[in-house]
Amino acid sequence: MPIALAAFACGLVFGFGLMISGMTQPAKVLGFLDIFGRWDPTLAFVMVGALAVTFAGYTLARRRPAPVLAASHLWPTRTHIDRPLVAGSVLFGVGWGLVGLCPGPAIENLATLSPRVIGFVVAMAVAMVAHDLWYAPREARRRNEMVAPAIAADG
Amino acid sequence: MAAFDPVAALIGGALIGLAAVLMMLLTGRIAGISGIFGGLLTGPANDRAWRLAFIGGLIAAPLISAAFGRPLPLPDMPASWAVVIAAGLLVGFGTRLAGGCTSGHGICGMARLSPRSIAATMIFMAVAVLVVAVTRHVIGG
Repeated sequence: MPIALAAFACGLVFGFGLMISGMTQPAKVLGFLDIFGRWDPTLAFVMVGALAVTFAGYTLARRRPAPVLAASHLWPTRTHIDRPLVAGSVLFGVGWGLVGLCPGPAIENLATLSPRVIGFVVAMAVAMVAHDLWYAPREARRRNEMVAPAIAADG
Repeated sequence: MAAFDPVAALIGGALIGLAAVLMMLLTGRIAGISGIFGGLLTGPANDRAWRLAFIGGLIAAPLISAAFGRPLPLPDMPASWAVVIAAGLLVGFGTRLAGGCTSGHGICGMARLSPRSIAATMIFMAVAVLVVAVTRHVIGG
């Protein structure tokens, strides 16, 4: 299970990154989104740090024929800005703005056993299952398209 | 709430980037949390181990930190239960519909200069700013 071990290590590093930057605290995230109040620029600095490293590292990864532990790089292939992308981003933005939690920090905060975080993650999981198993196949049938596997998503 | 610390923000951000890069270099996968978690819930059984391991690592980070005397503080969530559940439903459905969240689109996709991810990030950021403006300064003001 070398892939699982590598994924565990990556999840760990990701989790420490979120903690150190303060992004596990919904109050800091809402502080960034509150541009008409006492604005907290933290999230912008987190994005700059993350994007700089990811941009450089992905450039390196693209030059390699294959990842160390798998047959090929699964780069996302879709490029078209379509209606689901826009609608989904709007819905996500509303939920994110309401409590200041996105999926990463929400899941990481399960470690605190906060009842509200557990409730949030359960609701998030229910809606993900509803999307993947009910809405997406129904929409695909409606458009008479092939059902795209979940791994074909952007991220 | 902790004061603004630009150095911690940059270092934390760089670690998030490092995790995304290692994920691609080692496993060939995008480090998008909504995609990893969603696939764990609904994807094929033989594709679950690495997803579960990544999620495990994400939750293990604050537990390890706690073992060294630096526990993750309880998140400050003043919103009502109804709002918390509604927000969870919106985040879950929205990120799967859009094919990514703050990590998959906001970091991995933007670093690839993907037009889809740039559009998604601009939209969810703008909408979230609008929601906070309304809840804090129109309704709650």
